[in-house]
Amino acid sequence: MISVQSAPFDLGDIANRFAAAQSGAGALVTFSGVVRGDAGLIGLEIEHYPAMTLPAIEDMVGAARARFGLLDAWVIHRYGRLAVGEVIMMVAASAPHRKDAFAGAEFLMDYLKSRAPLWKKEHRTDGTAWVDAKDSDEESLCRWD
Amino acid sequence: MITVVYFAWLRERIGAGREQIETQAETVAQLVAELSAIDPYHAAAFADLRSVRVAVDQVLTDFDAPLAAAKEVAFFPPMTGG
Repeated sequence: MISVQSAPFDLGDIANRFAAAQSGAGALVTFSGVVRGDAGLIGLEIEHYPAMTLPAIEDMVGAARARFGLLDAWVIHRYGRLAVGEVIMMVAASAPHRKDAFAGAEFLMDYLKSRAPLWKKEHRTDGTAWVDAKDSDEESLCRWD
Repeated sequence: MITVVYFAWLRERIGAGREQIETQAETVAQLVAELSAIDPYHAAAFADLRSVRVAVDQVLTDFDAPLAAAKEVAFFPPMTGG
C-alpha cells in the first residue's frame, strides 16, 4: 500500500494491518517520521507534486523490493499542515530476515527524503522558511549506488 | 504548447503554480532560457540552477534533457520529503 494523504493516520493501526497482511516474513521493520519540536517551530506545511508523488514512490518501492528481496513495503506520507509532534510519514518493510527489512526501510527513507517530490516549509514564531535539502541526505543516498 | 508547473519557493517567486507556454525549445535548458526572459520574477527563480530540479512528464531528469513531445515540465527545489 502506498498512500499520499493530508489526513492523519494511526501508526499502531497501520503497523498491525501491515503485520496481518504478511505471510512468510520473519522480520517487519516500521519507521515513522515526526515533526520535531525545534525551538520556535509551530509546525510544517508540506507541499507535493500530486501527478508525480505516487508514481515516484511506486518506483522506489519496486526498487527496494527487488534489491533487498522485500516481501512487501508500505509507504504513507502526509502533506498539508502538520503541528509539532504529528506523524509525517511511515515506512513498513517485511523480509524473511531482519537485515534486509532494516536495509530496505532505510533505502526507502533515503529515497523518500531526496527523490520524492515533497517540500517542507517551516512555520515558526518568527516567520516561515522552506527547509533546505541537506548535503548529508544526498550523501546518504549515494551509499546505495 | 507545454504546461510548466512550479513548486515550493519557485512557485512563490514566480507567483503562479502553472502556466501554458508556447515554445519551440528543444531542451529543458532552452526552455529555462525562454522562461527566464519572461519577467524579473522568472529570472529570479532560475537565477541559480544549482538549486533547481526538473521533471519532464513527472520523471526526474536534467537540464540537457530533450523536450520532444513533452506535455508537462516541472521545476522545483531539491526535495525535502521523509
